[in-house]
Amino acid sequence: MTRIAEILTTFDYGPSPEDASVARGWLARHARGFGHFIDGAFLPPGETLPVTDPATGAELARVSQGTEADVERAVKAARTAQPKWAALDGHDRARHLYALARHLQQHARLLAVLEVLDSGKPIREARDIDLPLAIRHFYHHAGWAATLADDFPGQAPHGVCGQVIPWNFPLLMLAWKVAPALAAGNTVVLKPAEWTPLSALAFAEIAREAGLPKGVLNIVTGDGTTGAALTGHPGIDKVAFTGSTEVGRLIRRQTAGTGKALTLELGGKSPFVVMADADLDAAVEGVVESIWFNQGEVCCAGSRILVAEAVAPRFEALLRARMGKLRTGDPLDKSTDIGAIVHPVQLDRIRALVDRGEAEGAVLHRGSAPAEGCFYPPTLATGVEPASVLATEEIFGPVVTLTPFRTPEDAVALANATRYGLAASIWSESLTVALDLAARIRAGVVWVNCANLFDAAAPFGGMRDSGFGREGGREGMAAYLAPPAARARKGEALPPAPQALPAAEIVPGTLDRTAKLYISGKQARPDGGHSYPVAAEQGSGGKGAAGLAPLGGRKDIRNAVEAARKAEGWSNSSGHARAQVLYYLAENLSARAAEFADRLRAMGANAGAARAEVDCALRRIVWYAAQADRIDGAARQIGPGLTAITRAEPVGVIGIACPLAAPLAGFVSLVLPAIAAGNRVVAIPSQTQPLAATDLYQVFDTSDLPGGVVNIVTGERDALARVLADHDDVDAVWYAGTAQGAAMVEAASAGNLKRTWVEDGAARDWTGPAGQGRDFLTRATEVKTVWLPYGA
Amino acid sequence: MTTAPSDPNAPGSATATGHGTNDPRNPGTGLRVEMFEGHRVNRPAAERRAASLTARRSLKKDHQAAWLVNAIRCIDLTTLAGDDTAQRVRRLCAKARRPLAPHLLQALDLAELTTGAVCVYPTMVPHAVAALEGSGIPVASVATGFPAGLMPLPLRLQEIRWAVAEGAAEIDIVITREHVLTANWQALHDEVAAMREACGPAHMKAILATGELQTLDNVYAASMVAMQAGSDFIKTSTGKEGVNATLPVSLTMLRALRDYGAATGHRVGFKPAGGLRTAKDALNWQVLMMEELGRDWLRPDLFRIGASSLLSDIERQLDHHVTGRYAAASRQALA
Repeated sequence: MTRIAEILTTFDYGPSPEDASVARGWLARHARGFGHFIDGAFLPPGETLPVTDPATGAELARVSQGTEADVERAVKAARTAQPKWAALDGHDRARHLYALARHLQQHARLLAVLEVLDSGKPIREARDIDLPLAIRHFYHHAGWAATLADDFPGQAPHGVCGQVIPWNFPLLMLAWKVAPALAAGNTVVLKPAEWTPLSALAFAEIAREAGLPKGVLNIVTGDGTTGAALTGHPGIDKVAFTGSTEVGRLIRRQTAGTGKALTLELGGKSPFVVMADADLDAAVEGVVESIWFNQGEVCCAGSRILVAEAVAPRFEALLRARMGKLRTGDPLDKSTDIGAIVHPVQLDRIRALVDRGEAEGAVLHRGSAPAEGCFYPPTLATGVEPASVLATEEIFGPVVTLTPFRTPEDAVALANATRYGLAASIWSESLTVALDLAARIRAGVVWVNCANLFDAAAPFGGMRDSGFGREGGREGMAAYLAPPAARARKGEALPPAPQALPAAEIVPGTLDRTAKLYISGKQARPDGGHSYPVAAEQGSGGKGAAGLAPLGGRKDIRNAVEAARKAEGWSNSSGHARAQVLYYLAENLSARAAEFADRLRAMGANAGAARAEVDCALRRIVWYAAQADRIDGAARQIGPGLTAITRAEPVGVIGIACPLAAPLAGFVSLVLPAIAAGNRVVAIPSQTQPLAATDLYQVFDTSDLPGGVVNIVTGERDALARVLADHDDVDAVWYAGTAQGAAMVEAASAGNLKRTWVEDGAARDWTGPAGQGRDFLTRATEVKTVWLPYGA
Repeated sequence: MTTAPSDPNAPGSATATGHGTNDPRNPGTGLRVEMFEGHRVNRPAAERRAASLTARRSLKKDHQAAWLVNAIRCIDLTTLAGDDTAQRVRRLCAKARRPLAPHLLQALDLAELTTGAVCVYPTMVPHAVAALEGSGIPVASVATGFPAGLMPLPLRLQEIRWAVAEGAAEIDIVITREHVLTANWQALHDEVAAMREACGPAHMKAILATGELQTLDNVYAASMVAMQAGSDFIKTSTGKEGVNATLPVSLTMLRALRDYGAATGHRVGFKPAGGLRTAKDALNWQVLMMEELGRDWLRPDLFRIGASSLLSDIERQLDHHVTGRYAAASRQALA
């Protein structure tokens, strides 16, 4: 039979290899090894590491293992270049970013092929997804550079950014990091992943070609120790990391108390929810685009399919048939769907996790893959129990679980039963149902009837253990800018620990009043059964006491967090309903203004200051009541038939440790934005002057504030803040106090990767304009991006 | 090619290679609305699948040539113009007999190659039958008041019988779009079933005129009803609608066809028509067939392409494949 006639019987696709000669030529030019790219030039290679092609195991190049001295040199270059770069007119920085986009486009094929060789991803994806998105990112951020002064008045770049990126989308993650950083006027030291450094080095060459000023972008290669040297370097002002949750936690601890800004984009175990009324064929393709995209090495991959029982058998049959059509193999072949796993170490990790899952009872269905080499077949696991390693651990491979659910309620519960909160994909032909689920699933990105769509204008990032910060759009730009920093002339000093002993005397007032803790809308005595005297005159040595405050402890915090968790209705109530309560609160506080002023005077304020502080508190409450019904997201038209809406959702349960000064205004300045945005709060009032805050609970009670929305625990601030920061069911901690306390809160918050906001308690005038503003509300909310493709 | 054990489209043993089919013809099932009612098709997702599917399969060199040759085997070489004449039809039939220049056929080492059929208006059937005598190439005739189909049913049925009597082996009927747009499934079913009966031994292709049904939900439902009424093929378009064959519409029809097959065991063919003009189009649609249904649906008994100018572009591409030089249309035999 002739060749043509034979093909007419088999209908094989045949080989369709991408030409890699230009990329190999580039590698040959660097055959003696790559040095770091610092201050606009490549250094001679130092001690080198091999870079291999996972599809063949062949060595592609050698790159330098970055030392502390290399990092030092790079940070110095970035530091030197930064003022001039930041001083450039936005228009001129935009021209540089535009040139980067243009030159990336001109070298797109070289970069795509390099990416394939280095990471094992299929050429179709590198060419049609990674490169266009990376280029788009630079174009988009050229725009932000051009309009920066108008869009972010008064804000300034952080300075030098230390950025560490992963191996799954090497160039795209570089673009996500570098473009906004440069647009904002920062300079960059970036460390690409040890396994996939080549596209970053090629990018450095291209940036040089495009005329980027030297020192603005520096690339240091190496392994995790190089990354740690970079994120830990004292000359870094902002750390941005994309990678595993495990390393994210380390970086959180490492940077705690350093004052470095930090954004983390970490792991996920994202739900993929198929409702009974979904277009099942479409949902099957969604799975392909989720977990069988990029070998499943995707942080936001829908790795847990949850499917309505009514359609589960049919869906599984369709999915398995489709899985059978996937082609796993040579990443350079244009008909390959699934390429090589990035590195044998990762392949071993996938195998080990799947083996464990199988031992736990999962049933595995597999597509095909070459027997030899660093490949893993697309795999569907059924019969997976919720506690199975396959349902809980991020596998970062082409392995997906399938679990049936009964009702939408059940689907939401299963979807949220995870530490993570990066992404979700929801499939339903009912907009009513889909949007309900989109609102209720905890994830930074929700794709309705689609999966793994990205755009430079749409924020991307996680909730919970998936990290914090957003990349893309206005929110992504904001992460590379800082509002004018509040700095204390003299920082807060650690107050003496509260003494649970009787006071010498209580300054006489009216009838003796007992301040209590306030938990779940009820006054509560402290679990420990102790109280401490509150000095009548601050700094007077506590001779006379203004009264006694309950000495709260661990269990009181536990109870308060539980109460806050249960008060979910507040987060789901309308902005208008919250505004009504807050206005009512202002009304009631106003009626008792004199009483509060007296209390402040009893704790040492002079009459004028006391009146002013009460007035400030009142104004704050009204201001946030006014904001409550317009804490908005936005709708972005990404393309024809594709809208992405951003929702500003409450963070959840926020622990708030108040500054010592301004006992009423400080409390109100922090608690009000939190609850206006729909959060529930556990607040620790001023340790030294807690009584104005405890008086507030009577106002709360008369203002229809639902129980559990604000919980008050008085006592030793840092001890209580520590319990909050350690608590896995607290979503965020705000701490205004000492530098040591701030470091403690940041480090302890690494456990569940809480969003933290720490600063010196004395940094702001809590009764002045600095004590209120939109940035408070921004901190009180978390952005969820919901993608909505449409078409009749 | 990776073939999984779970692939429902693994090639069967009784595969036809020439015209006609070894399958028993689809007898239809009677109207069964539960097979399509409430079946929703998400358009953005269908468009996305269609776009990525054709971008994710690549055919080069000999493989591309072979798949292009296959497209020729599946073409219903068509002329449906108001100015058709006997002479015009004879010229078309000559091209159907010899779709490629002899030197190309020789270079590709193929003994024989013809198009799948020739498709004409009813009055042109006798000319086509005469011109194709002995070639084994079937004559397909459009009928039933093509393209709008808005003629009294008895006249439409009569037109079918007339064309069959004149020697048409295949009849491309058009459905009444109104029945779809008003969800009058019973009327649609009964009409198509009557047409199928009128076709007798001739194979019937039901043209859905998808450009006028607009929604993919409608396309899926109409496909299903046409199959339930006994269609041998379902076909996208007359070529006269504003929008003719598109990949998302084809994808939707193929899924209906797959679901019908799974429910009844009957295999129905698919014919995209109108809008397929380039060799790249021919490859795209074949990739769609291969990926969604499997290789059996790449053979002319289950796959036809309704086209007129497509063949010329395929011939140019094959010429390039053989000679390594780019070809000029003026050097090819006209259809």
